[in-house]
Amino acid sequence: MRDFSYLRADSIEAARNAAALPGAMLLAGGTTLIDLAKCGVAEPATVIDISHIEGLNAIDVTADGALIGALAKMSHVADHAEVKSLFPAVSEALWQAASAQLRNMATIGGNLMQRTRCPYFRDPGNFPACNKRAPGSGCSAIGGVTRGHAVLGVSEACIATYPGDLAVALVALDAEVDLGERKLKVEDFFLAPGATAEQEHDIRPGEVITAIEIPGSAAARRSTYIKVRDRQSYEFAAASAAVGLELEGDGRTVRDIRVALGGVATKPWRARAVEDALKGKALDEATIREASELAMQGAVDHGANHYKIALAPRVIARAILKLGETA
Amino acid sequence: MTVHDMKHAASDSARLEAVGGRLSRVDGPAKITGAAHYAFEQQLEGLTHAVLVGATIAAGKVTAIDTRAAETAPGVLAVLTPETIMELKTASDWFGNRPSDGPYSPLVREVTFSGQHVAAVVAETFEQAVAAAALVKVWYDEMPAIVDLSDGKAGDGMPIDAMTKEWGDAQSAFAAAPVRICAAYNTPREFQAAMEPHGLIARWQGDELTVWEPSQWLDGMARTYAEWFDIPFENVRLISPYIGGGFGSKALALAHSAVAAAAARMLERPVKLVLSRPQNFTSYGGRAATRQTVAIGADRNGRIQSIVHRGVNETAVDGMWVEPLGSVTSIMYATPNFSSKQNVVRVNTVVPGAKRAPGENPSAFGIECAIDELAYELGLDPLEMRLINYAEQDPHAKKAWSTRQLREAFAAGAEAFGWAKRSPQPRSMREGRQLIGWGVAAGTYPVRRAYGEAVVKIMANGSVEVESSSIDMGQGTYTILAQTAAETLGVPVENVLVKLGDSHFARAGVTGGSRLAGVMTGAVHKATGQALDELIGLGLSDPRSPFHGLQANTLQVRNGRIASPRGEGPELSIAELMSAVGRERIEAKGDTLPASTTPEERYANYTTIAKSIPHTEGDYSRHSWCAHFVEVRVDEDFGTVRVSRVVSALDSGRLYNPKLAESQWKGGIIMGIGQALLEEGIVDRRHGRIVNGNFADYMLPTNADIPDIQTISVGIPDPHSSALGGKGVGELGIVGVAPAIANAVFHATGKRVRDLPITLEKLI
Repeated sequence: MRDFSYLRADSIEAARNAAALPGAMLLAGGTTLIDLAKCGVAEPATVIDISHIEGLNAIDVTADGALIGALAKMSHVADHAEVKSLFPAVSEALWQAASAQLRNMATIGGNLMQRTRCPYFRDPGNFPACNKRAPGSGCSAIGGVTRGHAVLGVSEACIATYPGDLAVALVALDAEVDLGERKLKVEDFFLAPGATAEQEHDIRPGEVITAIEIPGSAAARRSTYIKVRDRQSYEFAAASAAVGLELEGDGRTVRDIRVALGGVATKPWRARAVEDALKGKALDEATIREASELAMQGAVDHGANHYKIALAPRVIARAILKLGETA
Repeated sequence: MTVHDMKHAASDSARLEAVGGRLSRVDGPAKITGAAHYAFEQQLEGLTHAVLVGATIAAGKVTAIDTRAAETAPGVLAVLTPETIMELKTASDWFGNRPSDGPYSPLVREVTFSGQHVAAVVAETFEQAVAAAALVKVWYDEMPAIVDLSDGKAGDGMPIDAMTKEWGDAQSAFAAAPVRICAAYNTPREFQAAMEPHGLIARWQGDELTVWEPSQWLDGMARTYAEWFDIPFENVRLISPYIGGGFGSKALALAHSAVAAAAARMLERPVKLVLSRPQNFTSYGGRAATRQTVAIGADRNGRIQSIVHRGVNETAVDGMWVEPLGSVTSIMYATPNFSSKQNVVRVNTVVPGAKRAPGENPSAFGIECAIDELAYELGLDPLEMRLINYAEQDPHAKKAWSTRQLREAFAAGAEAFGWAKRSPQPRSMREGRQLIGWGVAAGTYPVRRAYGEAVVKIMANGSVEVESSSIDMGQGTYTILAQTAAETLGVPVENVLVKLGDSHFARAGVTGGSRLAGVMTGAVHKATGQALDELIGLGLSDPRSPFHGLQANTLQVRNGRIASPRGEGPELSIAELMSAVGRERIEAKGDTLPASTTPEERYANYTTIAKSIPHTEGDYSRHSWCAHFVEVRVDEDFGTVRVSRVVSALDSGRLYNPKLAESQWKGGIIMGIGQALLEEGIVDRRHGRIVNGNFADYMLPTNADIPDIQTISVGIPDPHSSALGGKGVGELGIVGVAPAIANAVFHATGKRVRDLPITLEKLI
């Protein structure tokens, strides 16, 4: 039996203390942890159930910003009226993530800790080599089935795609993750693999995500999330884009724009080159499409995922066009 | 007037309950409330749990297995390897042929596919077995594997001469034809992906084996167990009252079944073994990957002069599966010259198996796309193209169709769909950035017939029981057999209890090839008729009967009440008559076998497929038919395809229950949408291993992918196909869906995708 200890944390302090134990893993909604335990990837020595901690599921939204407790359910945030009106990209990203059952269970904090869907990562029995699971063991994906793998932020150690949706919107909107002692930009919270593929998040032993803060902005209010996939529902993105847009008074010149990509990179990917190319420009389709291509600078494909290099800019462009049309 | 001639009161409920009525599934409440117990839900005293260890290589030898760590793990009762599992005898195949007299081991030393079972752990709990299975260490001597059809080592394969169909001079006629198309069409490895996994609970009591296992064929599987363990057929009892989806995959006892039954025998305790979801992708075969080339030559008016067809399907290194790729090609259109040949190629995979409409499904993808290509080549409407080449008789068998309502299907489908409003040019219909395409394709499936039997009991209280070892995997057997018995006997349907899924009931052949409804309604009709005859005979001739002495030569049973045809004399309930004549029950076993059938033939009829009746037997060629009209929307930037409308017109003959038939048709159409756009077993070519063997990565359609589907029945009763006039339903719906979608995608985009599935990268 793979025995493990189960601790129920009744306070955030207790959770932090327990999280510092070797081999400890947090249990919130359980949708990732139980799944990974079943496929033999997660083998926690201690499971710390934080789902009963009071007060961690609050959702407070004003025009200045949103404060979302780590234990808020995905479905609650997605359906929150002020989130929908002031941060539409966040709501849309959540609605298009996972399935209704999963959204009802999964938490916002846990969502940030979601791990890659790389099939080689998830099958240790058949593919022992994986730098994420066993640093230095190699990468089974390179040379294998790579249709879903990343083209941005990849390294020789790892090409696994960051699979989530919410964090893409959060990165676009300059959100921060609250770790108690520290607050980090969500963009910095996620780490590209480099030579240390096992380190996916800037989180230290004993740290627990307590909340996400999203600053309010005009770009956040006019934001959207577009997710492209073969299946209409319940599939990870082939490519996705979160875009926030603020226009000048003329209704066509870009004052502020935020662009982030999902499904194509090893972490939620901010596309600043696209933003820089469009700031101060008057929007028209050709300009948008040309600028969107800049997101793919430095892209490296592994054959079957080559299409993502063509697809991702089109997703960005569609999102910008959609926001421009609602001007 | 015969004793079977009953006229029901034309009340609404009678219309609903009679054969042809839209009665809801009688097993529905039990399933919805959880009262229906599936195979793995049996609670048995002393139940143990087995977990399999699969090979991590696709080809080679097992050189050593270290079981020590697993054996000493908590709760472990046994670790079985090829060395330690009990020896079984080789069982015969489903035609009844025994390939060898040698021993059989379901755990292998010679590995021919990744995931093949090499060891098994049995423990007190499932969790203990899972943990211990991970401790079993296996060493291999790995050999190069042939991973799929495109592998350089695969070669051209071996010809299957039985698949060759030729008439006229196809090659010359094709070469001489003024208009020609030739293209290659590929379908990938696909999986049945039933919600309920495969598995079983096996329990021995002395030399008697009871197996709770989801099954499409209790008698065939019972035979296999009996042969493996060298015990009489009667000693095996298979129980499978409810099945969570089969789609062709659950007709055979498989290696994992043998492991569980052997472990139960060795340990003298019941063993439960349920395949994990990934193991469901490697422990039995899905639809074989196929490749076809279709060449069609036509005159300038669109009349086909020749069809030249070549097909290949993959099979296993150690097993044979032929996916008949010329089955639709050879009958759908009239052509004076025809040639179809097929090879199979051995690759390192589990032996492929039956998935909904094996053969007809990929065959239709080839010919129905090709005919569409020819239509564009000629500038003809694809529907017009099909009508120009309408086959008025079976072009291959050269026999009349028993019934073929395909022309009616085209007409009804086109009308409901609005086909006449179609703009012929590709890329000519759009809404914003969505390209709209309309496509059509036809489908067909042969009427597979067999003999069946059933037991019908009229009980003292007037209720009726029907018993059969046939099964209901969701298609509605419980319901239509209740309707059949109720109508034949003249009782309300709620008075009929249908019992299925126990191999100790009256025997039944395989539930596959859409044959069960036709076979079993015939058998139940016959058995019920015999029971009714006996009931009426008692009523007329038993001195204790209130009808005794009436000058009637028959009696009528209506709504459970018995009276003379003219209404003179008494009116009794069945229970009252049974009581009057002192009978506890009337039991009749009816079968549709010829009277001369020997016991051996009878056994073979139910435990093999060797005795099924050819669909072209006698004067007629018998098939179901359909026409699918599909609208797709393709995002011009993203290449994503969404099916936005489906109208299908189908000819399944007489429908025993239209509600259930529509449900099956729609299920097939939905499965076809998945096949067209999503489904594909993806192999890591370095390891010969499926890497998307789970429900997150093996894409099946969700509700959001399925539009409103309109089905239209255009069938008429077909007396040559079955006793009550029905033809096949379950397989038909999927046939032709994938080509209709591929044709619609071409119409939308101008891109012809000939490799399924049509994923977005193929369109951007």
